[in-house]
Amino acid sequence: MEMNIFQIIWYVLWGVLWAVYFALDGFDLGAGSLLYFLGKDEKERRVVYQAVGPFWDGNEVWLITAGGATFAAFPTAYAVMFSALYTPLLLLLFSLILRGVAVEYRNKHESLSWRNFWDFLFFLGSFLPALLLGVAFANIFKGVPIDEKGLLQTNLFGLLNPYGLLGGLLFVFCFATHGALWVAFKAPSPFSERAANLAKKTWVVTLLLVILFWIISFAVTNMWANFLKAPLLIAFPLLAALCYLMVPVFLNKGAYFKAWAFSALTIVLFTAWGVAGLFPNILPSSINPAYSLTLVNSSSSPLTLKIMTTVAILFVPIVLAYTFWAYKTFSYKITKEDISY
Amino acid sequence: MDVLLASRLQFAAAAMFHFLFVPLTLGLSFLTAIFQTLWLKTGDDDYKRAARFWGKLFLINFGLGVVTGITLEFQFGTNWRFYSQYVGDIFGSLLAIEATLAFFLESTFIAVWWFGWGKVSPRVNTLAIWLTAIASNISALWILLANGWMQHPVGYVIRGGRAELESFSAVLTNSFAWWEFLHTVPSAYVLSGFFVLGVSAWHLIRKNELSLFKKSFRVAAIWTMIFSLYLIVEGHIHGAEVAEKQPTKLAAMESHWVTEKGAGWSLLVIPDEENERNSVELFKIPNVLSLLAFHDPNAEVKGLKEWPKEERPPVALSFWSFRIMVALGFLFGLLSILAFLKRRQPEASPKLLKVLIWNIPLPYIAAQAGWMLAEVGRQPWIVYGLMKTKDAVSPLSAVQVGLSLPAFIIVYGILGIICFWLIAHHARKGPEPVEALSEKPATETL
Repeated sequence: MEMNIFQIIWYVLWGVLWAVYFALDGFDLGAGSLLYFLGKDEKERRVVYQAVGPFWDGNEVWLITAGGATFAAFPTAYAVMFSALYTPLLLLLFSLILRGVAVEYRNKHESLSWRNFWDFLFFLGSFLPALLLGVAFANIFKGVPIDEKGLLQTNLFGLLNPYGLLGGLLFVFCFATHGALWVAFKAPSPFSERAANLAKKTWVVTLLLVILFWIISFAVTNMWANFLKAPLLIAFPLLAALCYLMVPVFLNKGAYFKAWAFSALTIVLFTAWGVAGLFPNILPSSINPAYSLTLVNSSSSPLTLKIMTTVAILFVPIVLAYTFWAYKTFSYKITKEDISY
Repeated sequence: MDVLLASRLQFAAAAMFHFLFVPLTLGLSFLTAIFQTLWLKTGDDDYKRAARFWGKLFLINFGLGVVTGITLEFQFGTNWRFYSQYVGDIFGSLLAIEATLAFFLESTFIAVWWFGWGKVSPRVNTLAIWLTAIASNISALWILLANGWMQHPVGYVIRGGRAELESFSAVLTNSFAWWEFLHTVPSAYVLSGFFVLGVSAWHLIRKNELSLFKKSFRVAAIWTMIFSLYLIVEGHIHGAEVAEKQPTKLAAMESHWVTEKGAGWSLLVIPDEENERNSVELFKIPNVLSLLAFHDPNAEVKGLKEWPKEERPPVALSFWSFRIMVALGFLFGLLSILAFLKRRQPEASPKLLKVLIWNIPLPYIAAQAGWMLAEVGRQPWIVYGLMKTKDAVSPLSAVQVGLSLPAFIIVYGILGIICFWLIAHHARKGPEPVEALSEKPATETL
């Protein structure tokens, strides 16, 4: 079978959808996982919710779209991946459910225990998805033990291998930094500065984890093979690293939004590294490369891909335009009055 | 319990639970938009407070609708792997288009609407709630095009062991899907209309905020009557479509066992599935079933015995869910006419108001019964006539589904109770006082 142009387009779009999802939902998941570290009291916690309130729902749609696009463009990969990763995926879904409900319901009733209850679910529902997404993607990078029928020859604990956990840890810290930067941008002083200081610390940890992750990837995965074949691709990880080095520069200047934007760019470029490294696989098999699901053997028909390309060309610019407008509308800094009552 | 049954129960739980929140989302968003537009046009603060009040109830309901929808999308992959592989080319693309066209719009503008009070102009704010409502309904259209394709597959060709798209326009113009859409979405409007009528009735009986709730009542009465009466007509056409395209579903929902020309219809029937007959069949009116189903008193109606047992849907479930839906549908027609007639002075009819309060759960039951008929009546097919449900299920271990099914039931059960408790709590509390109406940003609520 030969690769067609639409398969490549959708492979790239698949990567773009994940990249945007991580860059956007990453900050609200991160802010949620820092809830107890950032919000010392009731008022401060409310600021964290206010910082992500208008955004989290729209951000999560990128996940729905990434999932939907996988289903539509690479149905076999979608079917095998989701049934093989059954337990972690359902854990992820339950976490996201509880988090979404927590954001919506926390303020709908005046009672301390009510709030504490939702705060805990908000924290757990933010931390767990970050961890699980990291574990899942690290395992995909490494290849999962699927046989010729696409059956997984391991269980949840097999996925919790050291490399998988390192990926999970990386996502947790990367998102936490991203979230702290967003809170620094949205929150009033001095809360803002405290979030920025926390971001500086988690930034160092994230940087170390990335370096470690890249080195170990070289040892235990094929993720760098494409980069050796096509050295131009090195631009992705290189730019990712450069962008991440800009984060503390802007943090020290107090330019929190710019620091956040560079963190977002880093996440996008890091995802680009992952997608470029995986190519042409979507779900590589660690048992035998012949069992791997690739953009060729798992894709939809050219007609479906063509129609979806048309829909994407017509509507994604519109989506981006109003998303951008909404972010602009809500990019104001939360004032003291907002939290002082 | 085997994996197939557990997966079916899990999907049924997830789908039915999701559909507890969808109808109110589809309808209450429009009603909120209408109230807010009336405020924009008249400057009457009652309408503004009504928009905020109904909008808050909408929002509480919307939260659960969204999060349970995500699970549903991913369950096709987790639990129905071979289905996803087989039909992803068509079904998957419809879901992806839904997300692109509807979900972004919906989730962005619901936030603009709620958090945008005082941040954007009243016009933009009103536009935001209209866009939210329209997006929810666009999403329903794509979902029903997808479901309609499972009910009546069109525009495909079987190639390489899967259904591949051959004609996108055939999928988009699938008459079965459109009649389903034209049935499901208006039924959501009826549910929402009765929700507003019922909650308004509760306050009207207590003489609480009379002016605001009389206005809510009036708008909802007109809205509900239009869609209730429409549904009775559309339901009939929809049934005829089922008769033509899904003969096994028709036979099951009528508990019709033996093929006959000029089939009659009995007022009282009790199916006896085991013995392939009806244990009670009273007051039979000749030719009526043929007439209802095919608009021809002498038409042939195929009986269940025409098919081997393993190709028949569960009869009792289809039969009773159909009857519950239809009986409630007629009740809604009647009730909505009464509400319409009393729309100017509803507080003068306390009995009707009481009935309307007790009526709030009934449209939910009708909607669930409708879906039960649609989905159970399609069995044993996951794609009617093309793929059986048992061939679609993922090769999961009994432990995996054995853990996830109770997890779904427990988590969903608790969240459902919390959600409906919150809705009831805020519905009773009533609208915000007038002084809260200053253009304060809605972040106050967090």
